[in-house]
Amino acid sequence: MSAAAATAKRAVRRPVSIASFAQSENVRQDDQHNEVEMLMPVVAEVFANIGITKNDIDFICSGSSDYLIGGPFSFVTALDAVGVWPPMPESHTEMDGAWALYEAWALLQEGEIDAALVYSFGRSSPGNLNEILALQLDPYYLAPLWPDPVSLAALQARALIDAGKGSEEDFAAIASRSRKDALSNPNAQVAHDIPVETLLRDEYVVSPLRRHALPPITDGAAAMVLAAGDKAREWSDKPVWISGFDHRIETHSLGARDLTSSPSTAKAADVAGVADGPIDVAELHAPFAHQEMILKEALGLDDGVTINPSGGALAANPIMSAGLIRIGEAAARIASGQAARAVAHATSGPCLQQNLVCVLEGE
Amino acid sequence: MSARTTTEELGPVTTLATPIRLDFEFTPGVAQSRFLRGLEKGKFVGQRCPTCGKVYVPSRGSCPTDGVPTTEDVDLGNVGTVTTYCVVNVPFAGQSIEIPYICAQVLLDGANISFMGLIQEIPTDEIRMGMRVEAVWVEPEELTPSLASVRYFRPSGEPDADYETYKDYL
Amino acid sequence: MAEYCAVIGVGQTHHKSKRDDVSIAGLVREAAKMALADADLTWTDIDAVVIGKAPDMFEGNMMPELYLAPALGAVGKPMFRVHTAGSVGGSTSLVAAHLISSGIHKRVLTVAYEKQSDSDAMWALSVPQPFAAPLLAGAGGYFAPHIRAYMRRSGAPEYIGRMVAVKDRINALRNPYAHLHLPDIDMKMVEDSMMLWDPLRYLEACPSSDGAAAMVLAAEDSLSGSYPPAWIHGMAMRSEPTMFAGRDQVNPQAGRDCSADVYAQAGITNPRAEIDVAEVYVPFSWYEPMWLENLGFCDLGDGWKLTEAGATAFEGDIPWNTSGGVLSSNPIGASGMLRFLEVAMQVRGQAGEHQIDGARRALGQAYGGGSQFFSMWVLGSDKP
Repeated sequence: MSAAAATAKRAVRRPVSIASFAQSENVRQDDQHNEVEMLMPVVAEVFANIGITKNDIDFICSGSSDYLIGGPFSFVTALDAVGVWPPMPESHTEMDGAWALYEAWALLQEGEIDAALVYSFGRSSPGNLNEILALQLDPYYLAPLWPDPVSLAALQARALIDAGKGSEEDFAAIASRSRKDALSNPNAQVAHDIPVETLLRDEYVVSPLRRHALPPITDGAAAMVLAAGDKAREWSDKPVWISGFDHRIETHSLGARDLTSSPSTAKAADVAGVADGPIDVAELHAPFAHQEMILKEALGLDDGVTINPSGGALAANPIMSAGLIRIGEAAARIASGQAARAVAHATSGPCLQQNLVCVLEGE
Repeated sequence: MSARTTTEELGPVTTLATPIRLDFEFTPGVAQSRFLRGLEKGKFVGQRCPTCGKVYVPSRGSCPTDGVPTTEDVDLGNVGTVTTYCVVNVPFAGQSIEIPYICAQVLLDGANISFMGLIQEIPTDEIRMGMRVEAVWVEPEELTPSLASVRYFRPSGEPDADYETYKDYL
Repeated sequence: MAEYCAVIGVGQTHHKSKRDDVSIAGLVREAAKMALADADLTWTDIDAVVIGKAPDMFEGNMMPELYLAPALGAVGKPMFRVHTAGSVGGSTSLVAAHLISSGIHKRVLTVAYEKQSDSDAMWALSVPQPFAAPLLAGAGGYFAPHIRAYMRRSGAPEYIGRMVAVKDRINALRNPYAHLHLPDIDMKMVEDSMMLWDPLRYLEACPSSDGAAAMVLAAEDSLSGSYPPAWIHGMAMRSEPTMFAGRDQVNPQAGRDCSADVYAQAGITNPRAEIDVAEVYVPFSWYEPMWLENLGFCDLGDGWKLTEAGATAFEGDIPWNTSGGVLSSNPIGASGMLRFLEVAMQVRGQAGEHQIDGARRALGQAYGGGSQFFSMWVLGSDKP
């Protein structure tokens, strides 16, 4: 870490609150609505929650992927769900909505504006995810081999077992707990109460990953309103504050990484100040069950921390929205008083290549 | 008998071809389904914004300026005005129409938005802004819920529209 | 309060129709290493990397920042990807600048690229969509009707577009990095070129290029490099919907609002008098007169008169695109950043043969989508 980044960690940041969050129901395939129609009710709800309109917003940032939708510029028409007229300051990242949130948060740090809308839509159903996600890989050496993301995750799970850091029973326990917790999440796609012993009788999809250790394929959207200054108090009696926020990337080549650890998550956690106080709840974007174990270690979470009470990505994994939803779910636990301090995480790339950590606090 | 065998002699690899084929299923959604069902019946169906009253065709489900759902169907006629156009004379991969062809913005009577249409049955150098055109549909038994139901637009024979009537749609 | 931010390093590749001597990683590194050298820094001095490019389908790599992280020295650092259509090179620069002005980072490397020869951008722009007529023939097919609307509205003579095409190609002869070097360019040559999207001829359209651009941005307490910093005096983005009833597609409101915002930040009330040089996204010749009006350099309908009078030429009072502009080099994702980068070179006095003497304040503009996304910055040689 450079000296500059080290000082940045301790710099006083402008308090920014998550004033509102909304998400669609997560489903295997929403064949009734196009992207605009998926987003419109979510954006309407995120405003209605706090009684505001688009006119109260100073900046918009969204996250989505053209390749998932199957056409260039898919974010362009999605903007019609908001109605950006008169014209508005607006930006888009081809990353999970959690990174769109980061961009908006950074802008709010300048103190020139006070409110931002962030949204993301993830529609994974139109194409074949196993083929599409292979295109995230090095175009010269990896993509031509079309390795699918499940096989890459299985390599990681195998490495974890070989290192003595996890077992198939552990993965099944995480899946069992997550989907049981998802029973209380009205937006969950996969929710049930199945004991570990039963799960372990699942077929392997790619050894050592059995069916239950994989995320579902999901269509879903999410939106969030960020507020700073007077608006943070105006829009909420008990604001949920972002107290730390950072993201880091690792090298791309899987052969050059220790797949059983996540140094980028650990570094982001350090800069975000995860260890500066006790964590009550963690919402981790671990699409594959074993990845929760890697993230838990990297974030330094002890066994007392409630992990993924929403069910996490194993309950619903709308790619490009799943990370933003983790932050929204963590904020909801603080807003409801169930937690005082929480950490949320988002990931991108094969085997947790890129990771974002957001620390949230109540008052 | 190849003389060049060493890496140095062969030189750098400059290209690596990786054919990519991906198939997608598109979801038109609620509002576009109304439009597509209209095409299946041989007519253009637009939708009105409840806030500003403007008629969109095809509607993608929302009013782009108000951000609210468009819900009221509006049957539109078969005739419209060319607001502007270009003559496409460039070949590209996947092209399905013989060049040169006229690609025009057509503002249907009763609509508040133009959409892109192919103009035929007229030499490319006779097209002009303000020309009145009508849709030519496929045979009734060939109608499908797709834009393929509209073969093209052609001059309707009416006098050109006055510039003032469409200048706000440019 | 926002921190001051300045450009302290710039780099770009030699833009060509096919850079088969480098991989994508090699292409972006070429620009990035040059920017670092210009700033007298190394990879380890950089806090974060912000990368932008146009649709992933242009090369066939989904979210290429993942693969490019090690090539750009981003391992262990924040790496952020921007995509705002054709304006992306501009908005990528702005996202990077905000990471400085927000106080989060001290030095940020920002990079934008396109390797168009790796795939077929015309195809990617015209991917058949089942709910639209299969008429679209690349960006030219989209913009040509709007150009016709401008001609009708302004009454501009049809040779104005050719004048811009000639002027920018003559300027490109002064820029060693430009893709097109056409020493024999003249009005006749443009007129004799093939009509692609009537009224647009081949030589009135941008080329298809491989290329990359990079900049190092720094906070006030972290300046370096031998050239003076180019200070950001104003920066803004604006978006409006692609299609809506009554939309002015010739002179979009988002562009007018964006320039009004950036001028207000920079304290500019008369852009023609107060801006020494501008790099403006002109992918098709006619967009010069259109943007002259949109950016407030003249009254509505008068843009073509400035072009005709030579005001935007190298020797004119408001030189536009002295680098040759997008008409001479178009690595799409990088084209916007090249506009932003070229004005940094101007106010730093490092533009070589295409340097405008005494340039102290300059405007960079990029636009994208259906003329609906705008990003701009005003740079100055004086600290704001």
